[in-house]
Order: sequence, then C-alpha cells, then structure tokens
Amino acid sequence: MKFRQSNLFWPLMALLGILLFNLILTPGFFHVEMRDGRLFGSLIDIVNRAAPVMILSLGMTLVIATGGVDLSVGAVMAIAGAVAGCLIARPEGCILNALNVHGSIPAIIAVALFVALICGIFNGFLVSFLEIQPIVATLLLMVAGRGVAQLLTDGQIVTFNDPKFAALGSGSTFAIPNPIWLFVIAAILIGLLARKSAYGLFVEAVGNNPVASRYSGINAKNVKLTVYVICAVLAGLAGLIPTADIKGADANNVGLYLELDAILAVAIGGTSLAGGRFSIAGSILGAILMQSLTTTILTRGVSAEITLILKAAVVVIVALFQAPEFRARFARRRAA
Amino acid sequence: MKAIFTKERLPIIATSLVCIAIYVAAGLKFEGFFSLRVFLNFLTDNAFLGITAVGVTFVILSGGIDLSVGSMVGCTGIMTAVLIQNKHLHPALAIATVLLFGLLLGCGHGLLIQKFNLPPFLVTLAGLFLARGLGLWISKESVQIDHPFFSALAGIKISLPNGASLPISAILFLVVLVAGIVLAKQTRFGRTVYAIGGNESSAMLMGLSVGKTKIWIYALSGFCSALAGVVYTIYTSSGNALSGTGLELDAIAAVVIGGTLLSGGYGSVFGSFLGVLILAMIQTAINFDGSLSSWWTRIAIGTLLLIFMLLQKGIEVSARRTSKKAGH
Repeated sequence: MKFRQSNLFWPLMALLGILLFNLILTPGFFHVEMRDGRLFGSLIDIVNRAAPVMILSLGMTLVIATGGVDLSVGAVMAIAGAVAGCLIARPEGCILNALNVHGSIPAIIAVALFVALICGIFNGFLVSFLEIQPIVATLLLMVAGRGVAQLLTDGQIVTFNDPKFAALGSGSTFAIPNPIWLFVIAAILIGLLARKSAYGLFVEAVGNNPVASRYSGINAKNVKLTVYVICAVLAGLAGLIPTADIKGADANNVGLYLELDAILAVAIGGTSLAGGRFSIAGSILGAILMQSLTTTILTRGVSAEITLILKAAVVVIVALFQAPEFRARFARRRAA
Repeated sequence: MKAIFTKERLPIIATSLVCIAIYVAAGLKFEGFFSLRVFLNFLTDNAFLGITAVGVTFVILSGGIDLSVGSMVGCTGIMTAVLIQNKHLHPALAIATVLLFGLLLGCGHGLLIQKFNLPPFLVTLAGLFLARGLGLWISKESVQIDHPFFSALAGIKISLPNGASLPISAILFLVVLVAGIVLAKQTRFGRTVYAIGGNESSAMLMGLSVGKTKIWIYALSGFCSALAGVVYTIYTSSGNALSGTGLELDAIAAVVIGGTLLSGGYGSVFGSFLGVLILAMIQTAINFDGSLSSWWTRIAIGTLLLIFMLLQKGIEVSARRTSKKAGH
C-alpha cells in the first residue's frame, strides 16, 4: 500500500507496461550481446540515448524543487559543445584560440564546464538577486545562448578529429557506453549532495515556503543561485556528449528542445512543478520512460512525429494527476 | 508635463526612445533605410510575428504565458496548404477551419489552466509539442499552394505613393493591432484582463468573471497564432510544418521590450507593436550591413530583453520604496 502511494509507482508501472508490450510484440528487444568489448542491445541503447536528458533532469529537478525552471539548458549545451569543439579544432578567427590547452581532454572539459558555470551564475543572479521570474530570466539565455554558441563556431559546424574526445560520446569503458558512465558519476554526486548533506533539505525548504525557510536561517538567495549553477554545469556536461558523438560542434541542433524533455522527465518523476519535495530517482525514471516510449515507437516503424503528440499527451496527463483540483474531482466521482 | 512622464509610463517611453534611436542610427548609417518601402517591409515581413504578439500580449497582461504560438504557426500553415491543395477545399473554408482549430486549441489550454489550476507554461508547452507533432504528421514536406482564389487573396494590396504598397499581410497585421488596442482599452474583457494580471484574487472579489476571461485569453492567443499561420502561408504561398520555430520567444521578447510587465497587470498592445518594430529594425539593419552574421540578431534581441527586464525591475523596486514611504 505504501509503495502504491509513492511518487515512483505510476512512472514505474508505465515503464513496465512499455517493456511488457515490447516483450510480447518486439522480438529481440531484450537481447543484449557483447560485441568488440561493448554491450549492444535495445535496452542499452535506451539508457545510452537517454543519458543527456537524464543528466539534464538531475539539475532540473533541483531547480524545479526551488519553484523555478531553467529553459536555457539546451542553449547551454550548445555553448559548452561549441567551446569544446573550438578548443580542439581551433578554427581560424575563433576568440577561444587565445586559450591553448594543447589538446588536453581534462582541460577541454574543464573549460567547457567553466563556461557553463558562468551561464549558471548569470541565470542564478537574475533569478535570486534581481528576483526576475525564472521562466523569463532563463528565456534570455535560451534566446541569446544559441547566438553566442554560433558566434564561437562562426555559424559553422566545427568538426574535429580527436579520437580521445570522441570516445566521450561513442566509446565505452568496461563494456558500458561512456555517456552512461558520465551520467552515473553525475547522479552519484548529485545524489550525495541532495540526500547526504543538508543542501537537499534547504532546496526543499526554499521551494515549499521561501518566507519560512528564511526565518529558519536558510539563505534562500544563495540556495537558488547554486541550483541554477549546478543545473548549468550539468547541462554543459550533457552538451559534450552529442558534440563528442558527432565529432563536431553543431550550435544549431545540439540540445534543441531538450529543455522540454528534461522538464517533462522531472514532472513525470513526481516532483511538483510548484516546488518543494523532489525525487531525483523519479526524474531519472521519467527520462528513461520517455526514451523507452520513443525507441518503442521508432522500432515499431511508426513515424517519429507521433512521439511529439504522445509527449504532449503524457505532459497533460501527468500534470492532471498531480493537480489537487483534478484529484478532488476524481475522488468525488468515485465516492458517488 | 508631469502627467505624461509618470513612473508607470517609463517602460513605454523607454521603448519609444529606443525605437526612434535605432531607426535614426540605422537610417544615418545605411543608405535607403529611411525609405517608405523599407518601413512597409517592417510590417509585411513581420506581420505573422506582430499578429502573434498581439495575442501573447493579452496572455502576459493576465500574468500567464503561451509557449505554443510558434508551433501553432507551423501547424496551421501546413494545415491550410494541405486542406486547399490536397483536400481541394475552398481557401475561404480552409482558412475558416484553421482559425477555428486555433481558437479551440487555445480554448483547451485555457480550460486546463483554469479548471485544474495547471501552470500555464506547462500546458502551453504540451500545446507546443502537440501542434508541432500534428503539423509534421500532416506533412513533413512543404506544400505549395496553387489556387486562383488564394492567389487573388495574396495579391490584394493598397497602393501608396512612390510605388510603395501595403500587401494583405501588413493590412491584416494593422487590423489585428487596432482590434487588439480597442479590445484591451475599451471593453469589459480588456479591463478584466488587466485586473486579473494586477491581482487575481481581488479581481475575483470584485465579481469579475475571472474564469471565463482566462479561458478566452488563451483562446484569443490561439486564434491570433492561427491567423499568423494563415498570414505566413499567404506571405510564402506555401505551408511548412517547421515554420515559426522559436517564434514564441520572439513574440515574448517583443511584448517585454514593448513595456508589458511580465508579472502582468501593466502594459499595452501598442507597446508590443513598438517591440515588433524594434525587432524588425534590428533584423533589417543587420541585413543591410551584410558583414554581420544573422546570429547577432539573437544576441542583440537577448541583450535588449535583458536591459528592459532590468528597467522593469528598477521601476518595481522604486515603486515599492515610494509606497513604503507613503506609509502603506
């Protein structure tokens, strides 16, 4: 009974439903095999493809828990990807050429994440210190961010040939694709921060009742600032994956619409969009659920556009189930 | 003099000044920028943005947001084209169907937001997915429209001196603009929208029909974006499911630059018109320059948006200080 009331119950049931559907109707869906020292199969593919959205949803969970939202993650992904691409390829006339990292992968990642961090400070400053509504404050970077990324790449897709960096997106370690490892590392760090330190409690307190949290001595401004910074750094990390995967920085398309997927994953995972209690496990589950749905639709040969319509339906249904007004109506009808 | 320069009017005054400054600066820098033809092109090339922005103004005035308008333009555009070209529906009937579709989808947003108290950004985000998916599902390829009535419609224009003319899309934009200004300032609906944006509970306590108005606000925005989609099809003589990508951001930017407070309750439709003009001028100036790349447009719009947001914040803070001093 207790598990049924858990936030994870319905998304988990939906995921099991999709898997059951595939078990019966898609032959070989559960087949996983070892090839060239790497695991292959639909299940691995789902998690691998979901990795960027899962990484985004970690940060988005914290932002939404404080009652905010970050629309700029897709653009930040593009910026981080552009920075990494430019540092490796060093295209002519690029302002980043002043910084020579000599192709060192850790340095490239560090610079890309640092630029993402600055984006996060910008968002966080607007939201927490200037008290601009989160939707609008982050809309700003969503509009201008892609312009900045294109400025860095001069509107071109900056391609590079660096097997070590490309391995971030397409390689594997211990048979598991690297994007999954990146996600696991990020998830452990965020999990520790949110559940083993007081920080998670602060985030929930600020989202639940900013006034009460201030009276209990929490610096709500700093908490809000940090969630946007964390979210942006994670977005930077997520942006490196597709960039490494296609061996090029595509400022136009990297992370396009992913902010919506991340918000969706968080909403499905049971974190209230009004802020307050959050569930990181739920958001991860939400991201996997959406990717399973997409993969299932694609393997069944249904056109990809239907996923967009389905996503819309899922958003509305999930939001309705979370809404007290809808629950009250539903309960009344059942009682009658 | 004091009556004109009140604190509440500061955003619209700032917008007007920026508008004039950009126009003069670009006009001095680029030859031919001051011509009537270039000015009319601001209206023609941005008619679909302008019509969308009028609808979005009402949404933002009420304290909400509508993210679905961009994909709505794409969806209704391809729908019009397919209805005329593949289903052989008369263009007038096709346009009426599409406008009704936009109205109903907007109504759906309003119902979900009003009846179940869902966050507007989430509901209209779902609308964004739905409309884009539906549009792509109808046809992934762009569809050319070839119909005598439609061509005649696209050819309507008002001739002006110096060989300039005002085509149908610009005419429709101006009509919607005037209708929007009248609706906002002269009707019960408009006053209720401002009241909801100012303070929803007080509006309710004043006995205004908040619920019904909120649904109509989103229906209006849906209708405007559908009309924008139709105008876009007339403008390009074809429908494309991918048109209007990112338009929601431009529309919101135009409204904010036009001085409408994002928290709702204060602003004007005319301000949004100035906002659209500013965006159009930036775009045209960057085109005139030729050496600047198009992504500078995005950065320029973002920077302007930031400046106007900071200005709004400054006004809010100083207003709070004044009311504290007055002892409230």
